[in-house]
Amino acid sequence: MKINDVILETVTKIVVFIILTVAVYLFFSGHNSPGGGFIGGLVLASAFVLLLLAFDIETIQKGIPFDFKRVAALGVFIAVTTGLGAIVFGQPFLTQAFSAFNLPYFGETELATITLFEAGVALAVVGVVVSIILSISEDV
Amino acid sequence: MNVSEMDEFIGAFLILIGGIISVISAMGIIRFPDVYTRAHAATKSTTLGVLLSLVGAFIYIWMTENYISVRLVLGIVFVFITAPVSGHLIIRAAYRSKVNMTEDTVEDELKAILDKQTEVH
Repeated sequence: MKINDVILETVTKIVVFIILTVAVYLFFSGHNSPGGGFIGGLVLASAFVLLLLAFDIETIQKGIPFDFKRVAALGVFIAVTTGLGAIVFGQPFLTQAFSAFNLPYFGETELATITLFEAGVALAVVGVVVSIILSISEDV
Repeated sequence: MNVSEMDEFIGAFLILIGGIISVISAMGIIRFPDVYTRAHAATKSTTLGVLLSLVGAFIYIWMTENYISVRLVLGIVFVFITAPVSGHLIIRAAYRSKVNMTEDTVEDELKAILDKQTEVH
């Protein structure tokens, strides 16, 4: 008998968007207030874990067709590449730079290369957490 | 008492009420006889207590710092949606693993429906 999980599935469909919003907010607020790549990535991974709890693995992998081991590898690659980018400009490895730009919608915004490094950290955390959860849940 | 003190008082009062309701809910968890009535105390009144505390903090920060905290609004919505569902899932798991009800129970309507379903399949 297929178990009737309507309440959990319906609430998951709504709550996942709140969790994803909080994850993006935490990621971008990390420069000036609590947050950053690590906990942004963890919250993002918790959204995926909630989807995996409410639905089954095949449905989620059809909807989100990423190989999460490759996501982790891509995150480490981005983090190392932003560190190497400083060498191109004759600075030591992992030197950060920032300056203010006048963007069309956001106005005067300060953009820093640390955000790219943090994006790499976030992708690595998401990939590692989700692939751990997937690999310990599959062989039961 | 001018307006800003009044607003601070409203925020602090909501936080106090939320704390009192949380204490009442904890007493309910201790004193109720079985898992179903305990979950009734744990989900309903704790949700109300947490929501009142969050609303009080939201009003207090809004009035004193003049800062509308979007995180608190998201937290209020999130707790309001998820806390009853978590209670529902815990109770559902308890019922399906045949946790006994208290002896004062009068009627178990779900049992008849579940028995009929297992006969059909």
